[in-house]
Amino acid sequence: MSRWRIARLVAGKDLRIERRSRVLTNQVLPFAGVTMVMFAFALDASNVLERVAPGLIWLATLFSMLVLVQRSFAIESDDGALDALRVAGVDPVAIYWGKSIALAVQLAALEIVLLIAAVLLYGAEVPLGGIVLLATTLVTATCGLACVGTLYGGLTAGFTGRETLLPLLVLPVVAPVLIGATRAVESALGTDGVALSEGWPWIGLLAVFAVAFGAGGALAFGPLIEEAT
Amino acid sequence: MIGGFPVLAGATMSVAVGEIVLLQGPNGAGKTSLLRLCAGLLPIARGTGSVFGFDLATQRDSIRPRVGMLGHRNGLYGDLTVAENVAFWGSTAGATSAEVEAAVTRLGVDGRLRDVMVVKLSAGQKRRTALACLVARRAELWLLDEPHAGLDAAGRDELDTVLRQAVDSGATVLVASHELERAGSLAHRVVEVVAGQVHEVEPPS
Repeated sequence: MSRWRIARLVAGKDLRIERRSRVLTNQVLPFAGVTMVMFAFALDASNVLERVAPGLIWLATLFSMLVLVQRSFAIESDDGALDALRVAGVDPVAIYWGKSIALAVQLAALEIVLLIAAVLLYGAEVPLGGIVLLATTLVTATCGLACVGTLYGGLTAGFTGRETLLPLLVLPVVAPVLIGATRAVESALGTDGVALSEGWPWIGLLAVFAVAFGAGGALAFGPLIEEAT
Repeated sequence: MIGGFPVLAGATMSVAVGEIVLLQGPNGAGKTSLLRLCAGLLPIARGTGSVFGFDLATQRDSIRPRVGMLGHRNGLYGDLTVAENVAFWGSTAGATSAEVEAAVTRLGVDGRLRDVMVVKLSAGQKRRTALACLVARRAELWLLDEPHAGLDAAGRDELDTVLRQAVDSGATVLVASHELERAGSLAHRVVEVVAGQVHEVEPPS
């Protein structure tokens, strides 16, 4: 079977499990929503929320992503499925891509909801001219986050204490995504009068990050799960 | 090697295609490690070994697709149905939907059970589903660690039937079990693993 076909199989299986268990809709989205509301309580001053909205969207995304990554690998570890995938000789690159795709789909849904929440709660405005930049930011940042999340999720899957280890490992690594995506969304929304053109160089950073972790993660994932499980 | 100590030392054995071999021995003797070694999950620190002619030290990627291992856990996804689990594992080995369907029927997890979530199954039904996954994957070497554990009498009988059928269709089975009477009557040969050493013992009558 081709690598791509197995990746689609793994992604389809993960998304089907998510559809059944509804962890995204019943746990992650409410958690992200509560985080956004708490930010609003903490920063409830004139204009502050609107100015920091792009950063808050991505912070809430990162925190929620940790829950999604842990869930993504909990379904593999609960009954020894990751070990079984190894025994079955399933291509680890295909597993990595498949799980990354499933995570990216869930992250994209989460980000759209958070963006809507920012508009409603923080008064952020999305100008028509910024929609392309905004969409490109969502796509590139989501790919980068999904690749990093899957790589480190696989790394920590076999460890006790992985719930605390995962944030410690992932959050410093995704700092470039946080910075780049925040700046790009600021440009897309025109926050503080930032020009639209200033956002595109950040897309370059996000794209390089996504490609680096997409390729590097695919190479490293196999040896990592060999050692970790 | 685990923690710097050899798990198996001086262990020599061979298994012919189509055999059912029982591994017996006390806890911690190295039975599970031997199975994991044959599955290519543990590296060989010293010595040599091969499965289907592939070297266990250098060609583990060629061995794995032909091996099915059922350990203490079943490797199933609780939020998928029985049929979806079997279809997923079968598809990873390129099985057609007809082959998947045949595996589901052969292991008796069809009918009412087919569309039940695995999380809602009994231990025995989960075991049967896991075996259906091995059948769908067309595994040629079955490595089973305490396969009778958690099964009721009917489930154990069914499992024995499945193993005999697997061997009849050309599979080779290595079973680690404490249930000597049951597994022994099933096996062509019995091998004792004690403190990392392997000894052939009297075959079952």
